[in-house]
Amino acid sequence: MTYRPRWTLLLCSLLLSLAMTVSACGGGDGDKGAGNADPGADKTAAPAASDVSGEVSITAVWSGPEQEAFEAVLEGFKKSNPGVTTSYNSGGDQLVTVLSTAVEGGNPPDLAVLAQPGLAQDFAKKGALKPIDYASDALTENFAEDWIKLGNFDGKQYGVPFKGANKSTVWHNVQAFEDAGIEPAATFDEFLENAATLKESGVPAFSIAGADGWTLTDLFENLYLRMAGPEKYDQLAKHEIPWTDESVKQTLTEMGKVFADEENIAGGNRGALQVDFPKSVSQVFSESPKAAIVIEGDFVAGVIADSTKAKPGEGYDVSPFPAVGDSSENTVVGGGDMVVAFSDTPAVQALVKYLATAEAAEIWAKRGGFASPNKNLDPSVYPDDITRKTASALAEAEVFRFDMSDLAPADFGGTPGRGEWKILQDFLRDSKDIAGTTKALEKAAAKAFKS
Amino acid sequence: MGGSSSVPVVPPGGKKRGLLRRNGVAAAFLAPAALLLGVWIVYPAIYTLIRSFFDRDGGTFVGIDNYVELFSDDTLLTAIRNNAIWVGVVPALVTAIGLIFAVLTERVRWSVAFKTAVFMPMAISAFAAGVIWRVTLEQDPERGPVNAVIASVKDVISPPGVLPRARPSTPELEGSIKTGFVLKTPVKTGGTAALGLTAIPPKQVPEDSKPAAQPEPRAGTVGGVVWRDFSPGGGEKGVVEEGEDGLPGVTVELRDPGGKVVSTTETEPDGAFRFEKVGDGEYRVGIAQQTFAQPFNGVGWLGQKLIVPSLLIAYIWIWAGFAMVVIAAGLAAVPRDVMEAARTDGATEWQVFRRVTVPLLAPVLSVVFITMVINVLKVFDIVLSLAPGSVQDDATVIAVSMWRTSFGGVNDFGLGSAIAVFLFVLVVPVIMLNVKRFRAEEG
Repeated sequence: MTYRPRWTLLLCSLLLSLAMTVSACGGGDGDKGAGNADPGADKTAAPAASDVSGEVSITAVWSGPEQEAFEAVLEGFKKSNPGVTTSYNSGGDQLVTVLSTAVEGGNPPDLAVLAQPGLAQDFAKKGALKPIDYASDALTENFAEDWIKLGNFDGKQYGVPFKGANKSTVWHNVQAFEDAGIEPAATFDEFLENAATLKESGVPAFSIAGADGWTLTDLFENLYLRMAGPEKYDQLAKHEIPWTDESVKQTLTEMGKVFADEENIAGGNRGALQVDFPKSVSQVFSESPKAAIVIEGDFVAGVIADSTKAKPGEGYDVSPFPAVGDSSENTVVGGGDMVVAFSDTPAVQALVKYLATAEAAEIWAKRGGFASPNKNLDPSVYPDDITRKTASALAEAEVFRFDMSDLAPADFGGTPGRGEWKILQDFLRDSKDIAGTTKALEKAAAKAFKS
Repeated sequence: MGGSSSVPVVPPGGKKRGLLRRNGVAAAFLAPAALLLGVWIVYPAIYTLIRSFFDRDGGTFVGIDNYVELFSDDTLLTAIRNNAIWVGVVPALVTAIGLIFAVLTERVRWSVAFKTAVFMPMAISAFAAGVIWRVTLEQDPERGPVNAVIASVKDVISPPGVLPRARPSTPELEGSIKTGFVLKTPVKTGGTAALGLTAIPPKQVPEDSKPAAQPEPRAGTVGGVVWRDFSPGGGEKGVVEEGEDGLPGVTVELRDPGGKVVSTTETEPDGAFRFEKVGDGEYRVGIAQQTFAQPFNGVGWLGQKLIVPSLLIAYIWIWAGFAMVVIAAGLAAVPRDVMEAARTDGATEWQVFRRVTVPLLAPVLSVVFITMVINVLKVFDIVLSLAPGSVQDDATVIAVSMWRTSFGGVNDFGLGSAIAVFLFVLVVPVIMLNVKRFRAEEG
């Protein structure tokens, strides 16, 4: 899950939902008419992509600089398709709510960009999504099999991967590491030793965003994929093995080692529960750091740039998530945003195909804060070394698995204060009760996967 | 407007026609309101009731399963319990505070300014108020004003130590930050003690610090050093190494074998200390507890335990102004001569308030109280904006649960509808009471 500043977005989404209500009662018919254009005109317009006309509405989580970047991508599309107008709405933190409500109300946008394949699958099951088989050539040309499969439900293609996220990264304060005389760890045991040394040097090792449950699920998944292996990971993601499985217990035991020492977590375990993701990053890279390490995905770089003065290399640096046991070094847990379509007018089809191209990815990649799963994208377009490092790790991963909680039903893996998010927050508060935690996880998972 | 076209062009004359015309006009005026009510209130209400008997996708009829779930799910039970606390606390307190403010502002000079200040929170949305309080109640005293105030008072009463975060570098130093740390091995007169501490950020080492040096043993004294026992990479523990800094200003205690403190001293810039003129014998050397006194870390207003009280306070802050204004208006209408008569008869101010003012204000007070009960049953936005994600389950109320169940990721519209119906059933009796009271007043 990518980072979203909260308050502005919550406000935006409220305004948005208000706007949607207004347009729903105002002139829903008019909107639809324009989108579908005239059926007669379509027949002549469809073959030549540049003659396509119509309106396309798109909803995604991105706001602020990310929204500007995505709108630049849309501008790129409009250069070759001057007849198409696009309107982008940010759903922000409440994207799931905004979309679910719109789908239930029968008035979804034409396109949405979702970070949760599970949600896309829900929509596909409900029959709300339109298959995008027309884009299959563009897909095989640009993406690895694993990425294409993520958008394939019941044998039909529904999603185009657009943005990737490498969540197997560990970010550290360079000065704090120098003060402690340590190097980034290659193995998890070294990682824990480093943590102890950091504490002795006078700075707590870990900054944990306990207020945002998804940061905790990401940590769990990184450990689980390395300890239990990709096969078990897939099984657990589909809930084919229960959460009370021994492998989950072992992973939680290792995860508990990170949470065990209250004095080695900025603010202590309870204090960490009130730290949201932006703060968990800024407190590591501020003038007087409250911790030395923050474990989160490649999007951390964006927060550092926005809210601190730390410079890449001198102030902050990144290393891959350490190997556990004999796990492969190039193991990556990732996320990704996938484009799905709620309608299939020629304009929508043209835009879906465009978003699958390296050309579209390049526009955003140049601006930074973006990793593309597109294999045809030249890594040299990334603006800095750190982005190139994290983005190419994503492309070159020996073992790549999608963020498990984003694959699960949203009730279990994607809702603040519920399911896995909530239970791992309880685990952060008290990391001794491993059996109880696995039972609670299994109970919540059973309920969510049943429906 | 559909109604306006149906207004007949009325031909002159005829009683019946007049009646028809009157009804036509009435219908024309009522139509827009009736239409809006039908579309926005009646239809959704009926649909919600029907929806509550179907499953998440709306395809299967599940009978009362959703209602069973409503009373067996932990989170929903918490919501119901929290709502009960809200109803029990808020209406009574808001009415009481409003009454006190109303009566007191009648007598003060700056009443308009005071009333404006108290009423101000009503002018902002509850959502914004939630955001304001969330910032105000942050736990970190450097960020949250409330904790900052408490911290400034508390740090004067019990100032934090020189090295609150420091910990012993070896198990040789035993004890805790509450008792101070003492060396396990006793030191004989003429010997020296090495007291190593770690977990001190380089920036917190006092500025006048010099590299640590192990003091020479000298007869008749007990010497030693307190230093930052850490060099990059960790270093060897319990040994003074090159580049490690002495810690000045640390209070060192000399204890007799029974543990009683016989002498204290402070360390030099290089961390060295020396107890002079010590009688022969064995002593234990330790670092006094005040060195580690913790700075105030802030009250966890937004934590699991205090989130509900914090919400109640914020909500009362918003609504006290409303109660005050309504009650003050009622107070202005109370006949003064009754109070004067009571005073003439020798009643004290308290008696006048208790026996005359309050009974005369009873109708107004009950309006405020009932309005608050309805408001509190439906409370939603402030909970959503004030409670951080990690405690939303502990802070949740019925309306928030309804929203979260329907839209906030769970996307179970069946269960969500059942919660909405339950909430409606709770509010209905209160509204009936209100309607009944209005009727009684009119009649």
